[in-house]
Amino acid sequence: MRVILSNHNGTDVCDMRDAFCDSLIKLAEKNKDIILMDADLMAAMGTKPFLQKFPERTINCGIQEANMIGVACGLSVQGKIPFAHTFAPFATRRACDQIFISGAYNNANVKIIGSDPGITASYNGGTHMPFEDMGIMRIIPTMTVIEPCDIISLTTLLPKIAAHKGMVYMRLVRKDVNRVYGRRSEFEIGKGNKLKSGTDATIIASGYCVAEAINASKILEAEGIKVSVIDMFTWKPIDAELIIEEATKTGAIVTAENHNVVNGLGSAVAEVLVKNKPVPMEMIGVQDEFGEVGPVSYLRERFEMRDVDIAEAVRRVIKRKSEVTQ
Amino acid sequence: MNSKELQIFSKKIQMEVYKMIHPLPAGHVGGSLSVADLLAVLYGNQLKYDAKNPNWEERDWVVMSKGHCGPSLYAALALSGFFPMEQLATLNAPKTNLPSHCDRNKTVGIDMCTGSLGQGASTAAGVAMGFKMDGKDNLVHLILGDGEINEGQVWEMALFASTRKLDNLIVYIDYNKFQLDGRTDSDEVCNLGDIREKFEAFGFYAIQADGHDMDAMNKAIDDAKSQKGKPKAIILDTIKGKGFDKVENKVGSHSCGISKEDLDTMLAKLQAEIDQLEVQ
Repeated sequence: MRVILSNHNGTDVCDMRDAFCDSLIKLAEKNKDIILMDADLMAAMGTKPFLQKFPERTINCGIQEANMIGVACGLSVQGKIPFAHTFAPFATRRACDQIFISGAYNNANVKIIGSDPGITASYNGGTHMPFEDMGIMRIIPTMTVIEPCDIISLTTLLPKIAAHKGMVYMRLVRKDVNRVYGRRSEFEIGKGNKLKSGTDATIIASGYCVAEAINASKILEAEGIKVSVIDMFTWKPIDAELIIEEATKTGAIVTAENHNVVNGLGSAVAEVLVKNKPVPMEMIGVQDEFGEVGPVSYLRERFEMRDVDIAEAVRRVIKRKSEVTQ
Repeated sequence: MNSKELQIFSKKIQMEVYKMIHPLPAGHVGGSLSVADLLAVLYGNQLKYDAKNPNWEERDWVVMSKGHCGPSLYAALALSGFFPMEQLATLNAPKTNLPSHCDRNKTVGIDMCTGSLGQGASTAAGVAMGFKMDGKDNLVHLILGDGEINEGQVWEMALFASTRKLDNLIVYIDYNKFQLDGRTDSDEVCNLGDIREKFEAFGFYAIQADGHDMDAMNKAIDDAKSQKGKPKAIILDTIKGKGFDKVENKVGSHSCGISKEDLDTMLAKLQAEIDQLEVQ
């Protein structure tokens, strides 16, 4: 995959909502089967422009997530391609059985968008702060589970998600995110993108943590430590080939996710490593706790997801690597 | 089909239900028997379908949301020519196309996977919505159990369907008065109260009919089809385990076994009833 990094300096931010809505409108102009559904959060998601453009293809169900997912599944069996949005905890926790039976088991074709992942739920706090959504989706057979990290990855992946036959869950930050990719970067569902190539350890990150991982690599570089950085935007199917390749090359892995490390990205990577290439591994992410209120700047520190936390995990894992060698 | 032919069709469905469940430790006998007459009316008279072209674009869709009553629906489908009668003997056998709960990916003629109660309500509404969006006039027939409407999802769908004016959606409630643990018309488990009034309050054209009277059901469905601008609900007064004396109208009829003696008795009884109808 061609990867072009933006001039990432931590201040270059972009609004994901606008990118999502614009991109979906462009897709819907080409494909009459694309439908937008919501559970009374259209204003929060900024999708009113889609409603204005395609009122007959917008279905705001009201606050009834289970019914929304069921209706979406029925629509898809009848030939439509519904994109159904609500906040990530309600999209996954609340409608889990509907996604499982009416969706995946039924061989339906719905694209579920869960917004405000992990710490980005910020002031909505613990009730709205999903550290489990990707895990819940990951254990459902046939589900494709995706987390883009910026508008380039989002808008490049969206047409591929629409074209993909089957159930997809994508978690999506609504507001500002750091720009990671330059234009013309390429993305393929099921393949990780290598953002940096190193020799001492590999950071496998996703979503919010990708930008933090790039910053961590710079901190480490100043110390003479060279790390690979992978954006693993598809959690399922996971890119096992790339994980094994990196483990073989660097011999140490750190995963970084805005999610519970239980049944998260770290688990998915570990499942590949233990069967194929066991190497020392550290997991940055929420250590099996509930969320809480606060600004993202506080929460990233509270849950130890900062660049400095990732860098420290890399130092730990490199130390363990030498212990294993001895 | 006329009323007599529909009665014969229903009795044949019931015979196949007994035959299918007999080799198994147990099966969903009660609800399969209470809904057999409705299935006879639907597949005998009311549905637009082509058994030789089950995915025909103009067909009406059927969502058996009380998915555990698959055996009854499988019998109706086989008797209507969707697949060979011999397949019925494979119910719940390893690798079968006929699992206990309805599965559209396995069974010819099944339109939706169901089994987790309440979910067929929303998927049926989704299909109906899709037809509306495309300006098509296919109908969607949704069969709910009375116990099933304990589920909140059914009432989410009811709000949705009336808001969206899904008049191509006909909902049947197999009101056999029992759920697994007790009566649905008392406080034993979850008292349903007046189901017709509830659907009416949710914006449906709601009527009630005798679910074991072929003429009454045909009349109710014709009436529902003629109503425009609202989704429709037909509450069918039925008897759980209808005809199977051992369990009819009793708690325990939801899932039970069929002994060899029961099988022989019931097949002989139903065949005699069919013979009698045929000479009339």
